[in-house]
Amino acid sequence: MSASTLLRPAGAPAPDADRRPGRAPGRMRRRIVENLTAYGFLCAALVCFALFSWYPIVRGVLLAFQQVNFITDPEWVGFENFERLFADPLFWDAWGNTLLFTGLALVFGFFVPFLIAVLLNELRHAKGYFRLVVYLPVMLPPVVAALLWKWFYDPGPGLFNSILRTVGIDGPRWLDDSTTSLLSLVLVATWSNLGSATLIYLAALQTIPGELYEAAELDGANVVQRLRHVTIPQTRFVLLVLLLLQVVATMQIFTEPYIMTGGGPDDSTVTVLLLLYRYAFVYNDFGTASAMSTLLLVFLSVFSFAYLRITRRADA
Amino acid sequence: MSDRPVRTLFSGSRTGIGYKIVFTATIVVFTAAFVLPFLWLVLGAMKPAVELAKVPVTVLPETFNPGNYAEAWELMDLGKYFLNTVLVVAGAWFVQILFDVPAAYALSKLRPVFGDGVLVAMLVTLMLPPSTLLVPMYLTITDVPILGVNLVNNPAAIWLPAAANAFNIYLLKRFFDQIPTELLDAARMDGAGAVTVLWRVVLPMARPILAVVSILAVVAAWKDFIWPLLVFSDPSLQTLSVALQRFAPDTPINLLLAGLVLAALPMIAVFLLFQRHILAGLTAGSVKG
Repeated sequence: MSASTLLRPAGAPAPDADRRPGRAPGRMRRRIVENLTAYGFLCAALVCFALFSWYPIVRGVLLAFQQVNFITDPEWVGFENFERLFADPLFWDAWGNTLLFTGLALVFGFFVPFLIAVLLNELRHAKGYFRLVVYLPVMLPPVVAALLWKWFYDPGPGLFNSILRTVGIDGPRWLDDSTTSLLSLVLVATWSNLGSATLIYLAALQTIPGELYEAAELDGANVVQRLRHVTIPQTRFVLLVLLLLQVVATMQIFTEPYIMTGGGPDDSTVTVLLLLYRYAFVYNDFGTASAMSTLLLVFLSVFSFAYLRITRRADA
Repeated sequence: MSDRPVRTLFSGSRTGIGYKIVFTATIVVFTAAFVLPFLWLVLGAMKPAVELAKVPVTVLPETFNPGNYAEAWELMDLGKYFLNTVLVVAGAWFVQILFDVPAAYALSKLRPVFGDGVLVAMLVTLMLPPSTLLVPMYLTITDVPILGVNLVNNPAAIWLPAAANAFNIYLLKRFFDQIPTELLDAARMDGAGAVTVLWRVVLPMARPILAVVSILAVVAAWKDFIWPLLVFSDPSLQTLSVALQRFAPDTPINLLLAGLVLAALPMIAVFLLFQRHILAGLTAGSVKG
């Protein structure tokens, strides 16, 4: 991407422009050179976006209506892929599990970080320590966190049941029991990700002017009232944005079920993405897998558009 | 760390017994929740496999085997997977900086025709959940249009898509927007070309944002799992995360734990070294979780 290759094409139109009377040839030429330079700077990123973002978006939607086998050309099959999906009982289980997972993850992953942030904002000592340790799990590669917790969940010598045993409780079978398996995955995911939400809330809490609390106190507002009428309204924007981002992120859960349960026991942890992965890379049915990702895309677009509306309004 | 006596939710004193109880409880709970698991892992990795299978568990290793780390390194050939990961991560970082910095600079300061349209087209991709693109992305790398190459088992399949990162463009452009145009015009008057201005004038000023983008790029590439899992079907090319989950079912648990420690260490080190930048990136982006 040297400067000379960027400038060379500009040489062609320039003499033309010079011959035309009454124009400002220098300015015209400069505009062209500037545009070529700018697109020279942009071209590498543009190619990457085109090949690995824009093109796959379009292709993904088209694939949902095609049958692909890599031998003959893709064949248009209309809504057959969707029909096949809707006929698969596992499809409905996967959506049920994923929605349940997202709901549980919000209970833990949305409210807990906010409460932690409120608490940390009140403490006057060891602030650096709290911020450091709460973020440590976020740095852990998800595969490491999943394998680590799988070991913790071991019903025999695992950490959790060992702790429960010391207080005389016979612990659950965690991942091996279809009633606790999904909740177990929620706990790992929450532990891994709660640090970033906590620190974003904490930063938002620190922007609340102290005078607001003082004024509320003078008006006789107690702690709960101050939380309701000062803290929450003042951080409403961040709360809403993170809520939407968390829904979008948790709906795409894959690594934890893939590594820790493989979807079991009794398909209790088959998520949308895990089933999508099976369709595409186990059964090599890319059409049906694309139908599934298109449905997920449409579903999550609602949240993405809500997010866009909210952040736009805040920018304006 | 800096004690600003700003009024917050609770107006109570910060010296009384109530505060001390809450503070101590918070320290204990945080340490138990976020430090203990790491300690348990590091200790567990030094116990013999037989000891790990025993109930009740031992807290400190009865037989202390720090050699497990070396043995794990050897058994799983972790050196190879470390190198693979470093290659993938370094390339992803380099391509993102090399491609996205000039692009963001062009959109911010050179402002070509259709520049705003290009920016919107890039930012729209932020709205799309990345996993919904897995299938078409995979089919794309098996036969890249125009180039006509197959990037399966090629680290470029991770590097090039990494550059299609609208969040980088957004962060960089926002930073470049704040640089006064007069400053760049002055350099242009002195006869500096666009590349020279970017390299000599803009980049030295952009160090803080380059640090944020770099760290985001490195951490994301190191943590990534599903995309490298799909890209590297050849086991000898896999990244640490992919290799560890492949080894997990048939590796002695103590050696697997040692492998987990070794895979986590670089990220923990990055965090301790660049904590300020990482947390700045978290809140500077302000909304990207």
